[in-house]
Amino acid sequence: MTGWKLGISASVVALGVALGGTAYAEVPESSDPVRVVLNNWTSQNVLANVAGQLLERMGYAVEYKPSDTQLQFTAMANGDMDFQVEVWEGSMWPAFKEALDTGGLVDAGTHDAVTREEWWYPTYIEEVCPGLPDWKALDACADKFATAETSPKGRFVGPPADWGKHYSERITALNMNFVEVPVGQAATLWAELVSAVERKEPVVLFNWTPNFIEAKFEGKFVEFPDFDPACHEDPAWGSNPDAIYDCGAPKQGWLKKGAWSGMEAKWPKAYEFLVKMNFSNAQIAKAADMVDSDGLSPEEAATKWIAENEDAWRAWIPEGVDLGS
Amino acid sequence: MTVVGAATRGRQGRHGLTRTGWLAIAAVVALVAVAFTGLAPWAGTPPAEVLPPTRAWVTQFFKWLARDLDFGIVTFRDLTRAMSWLLDWPLAWSEALLYEGFRSVPVGSLPWVAVVAGAALLGHWIGGRRLGLLAGLGFLYLAVFGFWKPSMQTLSLIVVTAPLAAALGLALGIAAARNRRTEAVVTAAFDVMQSVPHLAYLAPVIVLFGFGQVPGLIATAIFAMPPMARCTILGLRTVPPEVIEAGRMCGCSRGQLLWRVAIPAARPTLMVGVNQVIMQSLAMVVIASLIGAVGLGYELLFSLQQLRLGKAVEQGVAIVIMAVVLDRLSQAYARRKPEHATAAEGWPKRHAHLLTFAGILVMTAASSFVVPGVGAPLKAMTVTTAPLWDAAVKWMTVNLFDALEVFRDGLTVHVLIPLRHAFQWLPWAMVVPLVGLLGLRLGGARLAVLVMAMIALIVALGFWTPALITAYYTTVAVILCSAIGIPIGVWAARNEAVARVVQAVCDTLQTFPSFIYLIPVIMLFRVGDLAIIIAILGYASVPAVRLTYLGLKRVPETLIEAATAAGCTARQRLWKVELPLAFPEIMLGLNQTIMMALAMTAITALIGSRDLGQEILKALPDADTGRGVLAGLSIALIGMTADRLIGAWSRTRKRQLGLAS
Repeated sequence: MTGWKLGISASVVALGVALGGTAYAEVPESSDPVRVVLNNWTSQNVLANVAGQLLERMGYAVEYKPSDTQLQFTAMANGDMDFQVEVWEGSMWPAFKEALDTGGLVDAGTHDAVTREEWWYPTYIEEVCPGLPDWKALDACADKFATAETSPKGRFVGPPADWGKHYSERITALNMNFVEVPVGQAATLWAELVSAVERKEPVVLFNWTPNFIEAKFEGKFVEFPDFDPACHEDPAWGSNPDAIYDCGAPKQGWLKKGAWSGMEAKWPKAYEFLVKMNFSNAQIAKAADMVDSDGLSPEEAATKWIAENEDAWRAWIPEGVDLGS
Repeated sequence: MTVVGAATRGRQGRHGLTRTGWLAIAAVVALVAVAFTGLAPWAGTPPAEVLPPTRAWVTQFFKWLARDLDFGIVTFRDLTRAMSWLLDWPLAWSEALLYEGFRSVPVGSLPWVAVVAGAALLGHWIGGRRLGLLAGLGFLYLAVFGFWKPSMQTLSLIVVTAPLAAALGLALGIAAARNRRTEAVVTAAFDVMQSVPHLAYLAPVIVLFGFGQVPGLIATAIFAMPPMARCTILGLRTVPPEVIEAGRMCGCSRGQLLWRVAIPAARPTLMVGVNQVIMQSLAMVVIASLIGAVGLGYELLFSLQQLRLGKAVEQGVAIVIMAVVLDRLSQAYARRKPEHATAAEGWPKRHAHLLTFAGILVMTAASSFVVPGVGAPLKAMTVTTAPLWDAAVKWMTVNLFDALEVFRDGLTVHVLIPLRHAFQWLPWAMVVPLVGLLGLRLGGARLAVLVMAMIALIVALGFWTPALITAYYTTVAVILCSAIGIPIGVWAARNEAVARVVQAVCDTLQTFPSFIYLIPVIMLFRVGDLAIIIAILGYASVPAVRLTYLGLKRVPETLIEAATAAGCTARQRLWKVELPLAFPEIMLGLNQTIMMALAMTAITALIGSRDLGQEILKALPDADTGRGVLAGLSIALIGMTADRLIGAWSRTRKRQLGLAS
C-alpha cells in the first residue's frame, strides 16, 4: 500500500513543485498522513495524541492506528505505521530488538522518564507484615499470601510468561516461600489487585511505574538486593553463591521512542520533532491522570496538556517550522 | 417401542465385538503403552531435538512469501498489498460517509440525527413499525451512550466486510455445490479456517496485508465467510429436484436456473448464512483492533485495560445491538414480498421513505453548521450507566468471594488439579492407538487412520504437552456445558416463554465480547484453572442449549402421541422417546460446544494458562509466525478429531434409530 501511495504522492509533490515553483522543502514534506501507534493504556494514548496534535499544528496530516503491543514493531518495520511514543524496556524489549535487527525500525531516542518493574503490594499489607518493603519481611509472612492452590507457600501474581522476567528463578535463587502464578495480560493483574483491595486481602503482584495504578491505589515496590549486571551472569555474585537472579530488577529502566526507518527521509522535520520529544515521569503521570481521574478522553487530555505546558513542548519543535495560528 | 429396541440391539458393534470386547482390547493397548513408556520415556513426551523443526520452516516460509517470492514483474507481497489497496477504496467511501467526511470536497459525514432517522426509516420500509422502532432505538443507543464515532468506525468496516464475505461465500458455495471434488477441498479448508483461533493468523495477515482497517477487514472475512459457503452448499443441495426440473422445462439457461430458480428456492438456508456472517463479523471487532482497526473493539480493550468495566459493558452492548439490528434488517429484507405498486399511486407516494430521508438529511446537514450537536452528538447529550455496573461488580467481589471460597478451593484442589495431573501424564504412545480404536469402533478403518494421523501430527509438531492441557480444559468445560446446557434446552423446549428468554440470552452470549467477562471471573475465582473453565462455560454452552432445543422440537408429533397413547409418563416419554430421537442434534450441539470451547482457550490464555492458547499468545512478541500458526493448527486438529468421531457416532445412531436412509 505504501509503495503505491508513495508513488502517487511523489508525483503530486513533483507537480506541486513544478507549478508553484517552491524550491525548498517545506513542512509537510509529504502530504501522506503520519501514522501514530495507539496502544491500550492511558499514558501512551495521551502522549500519542500530544505528538499527533503537535504534528498537526506543524502542518502534517495525522492518522491514529490502534495496535497490539507485540505486533506493532513488525508493522512499523514493514512501514505500515510510523512511530510509537512509548517503548518500554521491561515489556517490549524482545519484540523491539527483533524489529531493530531487521533494519526496518529505528530507535528514536530516550525519554527522561525512567521505568521500574518489581513486585508490588498495597500499603495496607504493612500492618500484617512488619518490616516491609524489605523482601525478607515479605518472605517471613509468605503464609499470609497463600491460597488453596499454593499453600503453604505464598502466591505471587506474576507478569505474562513471555515477558521474560525470571521471577521463578529469583524465588528459587533467594530461597523464598513463594510460588509464581503468571497471568496472560495486564488487565488480569489489575482484576486480581482490585478484587484483593476491595476485601483488604494480602496480595503481592507484578507492577510497574509510571502507570495509572499509582493514581488509584497506594502501594510500594518490594525492595530486593540491588540490581547489578553481574547478578544475571555470575552465580558467585549475591547472597546465593550457586545461582544467578538473586537480586531485584533495575530501578531505572529506559522509556524510548521508536520509528519506521523510512520516516526520517519521508518527513525529516516530523522525525526531528519525534527525536526531541521528551517526557519526564511527573509529566507522564499528570497527563495520564487527566484521563484516569478527571474522566477526559485521551484527545481532550492531550489538548489540555498542550495548552498548559507550552514551555515543555516548544523545545521539541524543529527550527524553521511555523506552527501557524 | 421399536425405537428403543433397535437402540439396544445396536450396542453390538459392526465388527461383531461386544462392548466388553472393545473395552478389553482398549485396556490391553493402554497397559502395553504404559509399560512401553516406562521403558522408553520418549513415548510419553517426545524430546524437542528429535522432532523436525517445523516451526522454523513455517516462519521461514512466511518470510519467504513476504520478502522473496517474485513472479518476475511483481512480488507476492506486491500482489497482497495491491489487494489491500483495492479494498481500501470502498472502505474509504464508507468511512468518509459515516464519520470522516470527504477530504477532497467540502462535504462532511452524515449527521448522526440523519443516520438514526435513516435506520428507523429503512427498518420501517423493510419490515414495518416494529423493525423501524428497533433500528431507530438501536442506533439512538449508540449516540446517547457516547459511542457515536467508534460505532460509525465499526459500522463502516462491517458494511464493507459483511457483503464482501457473503458474496465470496456465496460464490465458493455455488462452485462447491456443482462439483463434489471442489466441495471436498473447500470444506476441508473451511474446517481449518474456522477452528484455527484468530489470534494465530494475525501475524501472517499483518506481514502480507499491512496494518489498519483493511487487514482487519481481511481477518474478519476469513472467519466470517465459511458459514455462508457452507449454508450455500447445503441450500443448493436441498433444493427439491422437481423445482429444478420445472425450471428446465420452462427453458431456463444454466445461469437462469441458478439465479432465478435454485437460489430463490434455497433462500431460507442462505439467510442463515447471512445471519452468521453478520454475527461473526461483529464478534471479530475486538480481535481486529489488535491489528489496527479503529472503532468499538479498540475502545472496549482500552476500557478493560483501565478496568472500567461498566464502560466496557456498555461498549459490549453496543456491539450486540449493532449485530442484532443489522441481522434483523437483512432477515426482514430477505423475507420481504415484492410489492407491486400501481403507477396511479404516483412517484412521491411510492418513494415516501426515500423522500422523508432526503428531507431529514438536507435539514440536518444544513443546520449542523449552525446548531451544535446535530453533526456529531455532544458530550453533554450523553448518559452512562457505568457506575451502576461497576457497583454491581464491586458488590459481587466483596460479598460473593468468601461465599464461593469453599466451592472454589474444594473444586480446584480436589478435582481440577488431580485431573490436570492425570491429563499431563498421558503418554502419546497410549493416546494415539486408543483414539484409533475408538475410530475403528465408531466409523471403521478409514476413520481410525485419519484420527490417528491427526493426533500423531500434534505430537510431531512438538505441542504434545500444551495440547494435553488444552484437552483437559476442553474436556472439563464440555462436560459442564452439557450438564448445564442440555437441561436448559429441554426446559426451553417444554415452555415457550422460557424459550424466548433463553434465545435472547444465547444471542447475547454469542456476540457479547468474551474479553469482558474474563475480568469479573478473575475477580471472583482468581487466576487459575477454575477461572479459565468458567470463562469457557459462558461462551461454549450456547450450542448445547440451542441444538437440544432444536432436536426436541423436531421430534415428530405422531411419535409423541403414540408414546402417550401407549401409557408413557411424561418422564418416560422424555427419556425413552424424545431424547433418543433428538440424539443426532444433541450430538451436533456437543460437537459445536467442543469447537467453541477450543476457540475460547485462545482467549482464556489472557487469564494465564499453559496450553496451546498460551503458545499462540507467546508467539506474538517474537513475531514467531511458525509457533503461532502451528499451535493454532494443533487446536484445529483436536477439534477436527472430535468432530470426525462424534460425526461417525451420530451417523451410526441415526441408522440404528431408523432416522437416516
